[in-house]
Amino acid sequence: MSKFSPLEHFEDVLDAGYRLLPFRFIQLEGDDYVVSNMAGEFVVLDRVKLDEFAKCELTPHDPVYSELKAKHFLLDEDSSSAVDLLTVKLRTKFAPLANFTALHMFVTTLRCDHSCPYCQVSRANDDRQEFDMSRETALKSIELAFRSPSPVLKIEFQGGESLLNLDVIRFIIEEVKKRNSHENRDLQFVIATNLALLCDETIELAREHDILISTSLDGPEALHNRNRPRPGNDSYKRTIEGIHRVRRELGRDSVGALMTTTASSLSQSKAIIDEYIAQDFRGIFLRPLSPYGFAIKTKFYQAYDQSKWLDFYFEGLDYIIDLNLKGFAFTEYYAAMVLRKMLTPFQPGYVDLLSPAGTGVAAVVYNYDGDVYASDESRMLAEMGDKTFCIGNVHSNTYEEIFLNDTLLEALESSFAGSVPMCSWCAFEPHCGADPVFHHATQSDFVGKKPLSAFCNRNMSVFKGLIKRMNNNPEIRDIFERWAYM
Amino acid sequence: MIVLSTQSARYAGEIPAFERRIIRVSADPHRPTALRLREAFLVTSDIIPDGFGWYIFVNRPVGLVNGPTIELPSAFDYLADGDVLRLTPARNGLRVLFRRNASINSFLLTERCNNYCLMCSQPPRNVNDGWIVDEILEVLPLIDPDVPEIMFSGGEPTLLGDRFFELVQASKSYLPRTALHILSNGRAFADKEFADKLGKIKHHDLMLGIPVYSDLSHVHDYVVQADGAYDETIRGILNLRQSDVPVEIRVVLHKQTVTRLPQLAEFITRNLLFVSHVALMGLEMTGFTKANLDDLWIDPIDYRSELSKTVGILDRARIRTSIYNSQLCLLDRSVWKFAAQSISDWKQEYMPECDGCLVKGRCGGFFSSAHVKYSSHISPILVDDTSHAMG
Repeated sequence: MSKFSPLEHFEDVLDAGYRLLPFRFIQLEGDDYVVSNMAGEFVVLDRVKLDEFAKCELTPHDPVYSELKAKHFLLDEDSSSAVDLLTVKLRTKFAPLANFTALHMFVTTLRCDHSCPYCQVSRANDDRQEFDMSRETALKSIELAFRSPSPVLKIEFQGGESLLNLDVIRFIIEEVKKRNSHENRDLQFVIATNLALLCDETIELAREHDILISTSLDGPEALHNRNRPRPGNDSYKRTIEGIHRVRRELGRDSVGALMTTTASSLSQSKAIIDEYIAQDFRGIFLRPLSPYGFAIKTKFYQAYDQSKWLDFYFEGLDYIIDLNLKGFAFTEYYAAMVLRKMLTPFQPGYVDLLSPAGTGVAAVVYNYDGDVYASDESRMLAEMGDKTFCIGNVHSNTYEEIFLNDTLLEALESSFAGSVPMCSWCAFEPHCGADPVFHHATQSDFVGKKPLSAFCNRNMSVFKGLIKRMNNNPEIRDIFERWAYM
Repeated sequence: MIVLSTQSARYAGEIPAFERRIIRVSADPHRPTALRLREAFLVTSDIIPDGFGWYIFVNRPVGLVNGPTIELPSAFDYLADGDVLRLTPARNGLRVLFRRNASINSFLLTERCNNYCLMCSQPPRNVNDGWIVDEILEVLPLIDPDVPEIMFSGGEPTLLGDRFFELVQASKSYLPRTALHILSNGRAFADKEFADKLGKIKHHDLMLGIPVYSDLSHVHDYVVQADGAYDETIRGILNLRQSDVPVEIRVVLHKQTVTRLPQLAEFITRNLLFVSHVALMGLEMTGFTKANLDDLWIDPIDYRSELSKTVGILDRARIRTSIYNSQLCLLDRSVWKFAAQSISDWKQEYMPECDGCLVKGRCGGFFSSAHVKYSSHISPILVDDTSHAMG
C-alpha cells in the first residue's frame, strides 16, 4: 500500500453536505443572477444552479461547488476557516469607520467670478466681503477638525471661488501646520478652484505646502463656456492655461479635474472624454448631476431623466473601455470606485458610496459663516432653504453637540443599507452606499422608497452594467482589476 | 553543481581529539594572531602564516606547516574567506555549512515534519535531530554579519517549539543586518500565542515562506497529505499578520495545483492581499516527486497560459510576484520579467537544448535533478527582442 492517500480520501468528508453562509442574490438579466456574500464577493449563476445551491443540492464535483466554497458562500465539513476569513474581510471593510472624519472642507467664500446656472452652491457678487470666512471662524473650525481622531486630515478649500479669499487659505494652512507640530497628523491640502484667478502668489503657496489643485473642466470649449459663464466668456481658456501652469510649476499630478454633467453634455460623452485625453488627464469622473442648489431652481435637474444619464454614462464607459482594449490606459473613476468595492478587500472613501453613510462621518463642511454641514450636498440644500443637515455652528456649538447632532445620528442610523427595506436584501448592498441627504432632498425621507430613488436606480444600473461587461469579456475584467487597485 | 560535503577529506598532522568541530575559514595571512587558533587557514600561495588551528589545501600538495592539515579535492576550490565548516576527522568527513559568497545560505533545522507533501524535496524523517539546532547556534556567531540573507528550512522548523524561537533570536542578535527567510507550513501559527512569540522577537527583516496549494481546503490537504492542514495554515497566516510578521506564499506548480491556479490567485487577492510576495515555483525532480511522478508531472508548456493568467491577477492587485525554477523558453514573454534566477548555484544547470540560447544568462535554468524529467519543449531562444520587457 502506498504511503500516500489519494484525493478521494480527502474528499470523503464532503459527502456529508454543506451549510449556507449568508448570501444575497438579484437578477442580472434573463436567467442570470448575481449572488454576493457579506464581503461583496460575487458570482454569476443561472437560475437552476442558484436554486440547487440554495437547496444544498450541489455535489462536491460540480465546478460551481468549488467556486462557491472558495469564495465563502458555503461551509462543508472539511474546513471552517471560511468564517475566519469572512470575519477579517468584513472587519477590513468597516475598519475606516474608526478613524471618523478625514475630509474637512472649508468654504472660504461664497463669492465667485463665474455665474454657472447649474451651480450647486449659490454664488454672490464677487466684491461683497460678508460672504468671506473670517479668521475667527477659521480658528474655531480648525479646532473642530483636530478633534477628529483621524490620523489623516485632508483640508479642502471650497467656494464660491475659494481663491477670492486667499488670505484666509494661507491663514488656515499656517495655523493647521502650527497646531500639527505636536498633533503629527498626516496633512493634505486641496484647493478647489476654477483656476481663472490663478496668480503667482497661489502657485508659491501651493509649492510651499504641497497643495493639490482640484478644478472644473466640463468638456470641449463650447460646452465648458456655455456651462460656466464668466465675464469675457473665457472660462475654458483660463482653466486650461491654469491646468498646464500647475502641471508645469507644481507637477503633473498636482492638478485634478471634475466635470459636471448638464443636459447639453448628454449627447457629447466622447467629446468630453476626448477633451480630458487631449488635456493629458489619465481618467475622468463621469458624474451625475446632483439635485441641489440652482440645479433644481433652473430646472436643470429635471431637464433630463435618469435613463438619459445612464445612456450617456455607458456610452462614455464603453468608449473608455475600448481605448483600454486598444492599449491606452485611461480610467473612469466612478466605475473604478465601484469596482474597488466589488473586486478588492478595500473600502474606498467616496462619500456617496458608504454605508453607514459618509454624511458628517467621512466628510464635514465648515461654511464661511461658521455653520457646519454634514456634507457638501447638505450645504447646497441649505442654500435652497432647507437647513436640516446644518448640524451646528462653530461659534455656538461644541464638537460633541455638532457630531452627536440628533438629525445626523438619526439620518445615519435609519439609512444604514444593511437594515433598510430593499437594501438589506439586495445583492449589491456591499457595493452600494446610503445617501440620506439625497433621499431627504428628493423624497423628504432619510431612507426613501428605493423603486422611486434615482440613487438606487442609477447605482443598480451601474453595478449590473459593470458586471455584465466583465463577465462577458476577460480582457475587460483585466482592465477593471487594474482600475480597482489604483 | 557544487559539492558541499565529502567523506574523503584527508586529515594529517596532530589532530585534536574531538568528534565534530565547527570552524571558520580564513584566507587572510595577516589575521590577528589572537584569532588564528580557532580558524582554518586556506592555503592559496606559498605564504603560510603560523598559528592557525588548521591548514586547508585544496587541490594542491600539502606543504610543511605547523599544525594539522586537511587536503581536499578540486571540487572544493570555491572555498573562500569567511566560509564555515564542520570537521569530522574520524570519518574523513567535512561539510561546508556556510559559504560567504553564496547568494543565499540555507540551514535545515530539522528533518521532522507534520505535512507529508506529495512533492517533498526533503522527505521528512522522524528522528531525534536536536543536535542540528546546537550546531546552527554555534555557526551563527561565525557568519559574516554583512551577508544579505540566510534561510531556515526543514522539515518543519516550528516543530522545534521554543528552540525555534531560540534560533530566530540568535540570528537577530548575531546578524543584525541580515534578512532571515524561514520556510514553514505555517500550521503552528494557528496557535495565536505561537505567532505572537515570533512577532515579539521583533526580528529586523524576517519573512515566513508558507505554501498554500489551493483555494480549496480538501485539495490543499491532499497535496500536503494532512487532514485539517489547510485551516491551520490559513489561520496561521492570519495570526502572523496580526503579529506583524511578513508572509510570503509559495506555490509549487504541478498537476494538482495548476488547474485552479488563477482561482488561487484570486483567493489570495481577496483574502490574503497583505502578503509580501507570492512565489510560483517549478517542480523539483527529487525526493517524493519521483515516487508520485504520475500524479504530479505536467509539462510546463501545458500550464503556460494558467501561469500567465495567475501572474496577471496577482500583479494587478499589486502583489509582488515571482516565478521560480522555471525556464524562459516555457514562459509567455509577458511574464519573463517575473522569472527569477532562483535555483541555488550548487543545484543549477542547463540542458544540451540550451546551447546557443541568447537569454541563458538570465534564465533560471534547471535543478540538477531535472535530468529525471523535464519539458520536451526546451528550445534555445535565438531572437532576443525582449530586453525592454525585462524591467
